[in-house]
Amino acid sequence: MIEVKNLHKSFGDAHILKGISTTFEKGKTNLIIGQSGSGKTVFLKCLLGLFEYEQGSIAYEGRIMSNLTPNEKRDLRSQIGMVFQGSALFDSMTIAENVMFPLKMFTKQNQSEMQDRVDFVLNRVNLSDAHDKMPSEASGGMQKRVAIARAIVNNPKYLFCDEPNSGLDPKTAIVIDNLIQEITDEYQMTTVINSHDMNSVMEIGEKIVFLKDGLKEWEGSKETIFKTDNESVTDFVYSSNLFKKVRRMYIEENQ
Amino acid sequence: MRTLIFKDIDDLIINSLGIVAFISFFVGGVVAIQTSLNISNPLIPKYLVGFATRQSIILEFAPTFISIIMAGKVGSFITSSIGTMRVTEQIDALEVMGINALNYLVFPKFVALTLYPFIISIAMFLGVLGGLAACVYGGYGTLEDYIEGIQTDFIPFHIIYAFAKTLVFAFLLATIPSFYGYYMKGGALEVGKASTTSFVWTSVVIILANYFLTSLLLG
Ligand SMILES: Nc1ncnc2c1ncn2[C@@H]1O[C@H](COP(=O)(O)OP(=O)(O)O)[C@@H](O)[C@H]1O
Ligand SMILES: [Mg+2]
Repeated sequence: MIEVKNLHKSFGDAHILKGISTTFEKGKTNLIIGQSGSGKTVFLKCLLGLFEYEQGSIAYEGRIMSNLTPNEKRDLRSQIGMVFQGSALFDSMTIAENVMFPLKMFTKQNQSEMQDRVDFVLNRVNLSDAHDKMPSEASGGMQKRVAIARAIVNNPKYLFCDEPNSGLDPKTAIVIDNLIQEITDEYQMTTVINSHDMNSVMEIGEKIVFLKDGLKEWEGSKETIFKTDNESVTDFVYSSNLFKKVRRMYIEENQ
Repeated sequence: MRTLIFKDIDDLIINSLGIVAFISFFVGGVVAIQTSLNISNPLIPKYLVGFATRQSIILEFAPTFISIIMAGKVGSFITSSIGTMRVTEQIDALEVMGINALNYLVFPKFVALTLYPFIISIAMFLGVLGGLAACVYGGYGTLEDYIEGIQTDFIPFHIIYAFAKTLVFAFLLATIPSFYGYYMKGGALEVGKASTTSFVWTSVVIILANYFLTSLLLG
């Protein structure tokens, strides 16, 4: 479980996160949603320890991150997997080398142990024959799967994904969403996903935190998000014309 | 780490040899032709063409001007490759895995650029050779005069001076472009801008360093 309390983050004069508190539970897919520019990526990077923040606290299983010693921090890092928005694969390494990289950094496994683990996770994301390709030769969907394989290769307790299906076609996007949810359930990870995609919200939003202008505007789940009368949330949810139509039809049918 | 060093040697040193060889050879030729055209006075000895070509190549052309060209080639390569890693979040990915990304990316470039004096030696050799070819085959002087010229008044300290400059420039070529790449913000467009800015500042600093080193070592 991850607990965030009153998190504040600024860049110079720009106050980006203005006091966010929430919790993310184990074995669940937790979604952070909001329009682009609302601070989702900044929030996630604070959780990861990539950004310093001015105020507030982040606790992993009750241990406050800013109080950890460098060794404990390194230990925590080894339990975190991150899928970046553009996949962030190292473009000078093959797909297999990319996936093996965290094992080289965090474990003392020998080459054949690492090889086995890489084969296993690449199989898990349905990429059993892409080992020797370079990232630039892979499609966007494949790159995302490699990024997920790299994120989970070291058996992390925590998985973070920044807009995992941005730039993918709707079909591939759902495959990726479902993959993340299955993996979360299978390995009982605490998963936090940034998204602005309503499909993801409906598929995998076990817990949803809605950010607006650096504040937590609303919190709930995929079951409650359609019932809320918070205007910012309904604005966001029905921002697409398709949803508006569906909603109108739904209301008409039920009259 | 070793693979990274070899990759950087390949990208920064090996891949620069062609352009450096080409430029040095032909500029050496032009220096020889210009010198010879500008001495019409029959009292000036014929070997002066070889002498003047050697001096300008070894003292300035090879170390300084090749470094400016390298600021364009190697410098913008370093800035754009590190900058691309920044904007595509590959640097964040390294840091998440507990790696000091600045060390990880810049150290191999430092090691690779310790071979930079090798490039400059080639530039010196080919520049003087280009001067010889232009002089002899263009009919501006004889082989014997040119050879005599490049052996005249040879001062070993000039070589030390030239390579001292070269090492300083190698250091500047590794650090300034890395800095611009590592600390850049924005997207693909900014990578291009950062490469240009990095080229401008690397050249300016090289020219200033050249001025101060010259007054310090030769003045
Ligand atoms: N490194 C940075 N320096 C300055 N401002 C930043 C930085 N990263 C993000 N921001 C600003 O923070 C705000 C939120 O950005 P972000 O978290 O990326 O939004 P999103 O919800 O789309 O992920 C934006 O206004 C952005 O310009
Ligand atoms: Mg974002």
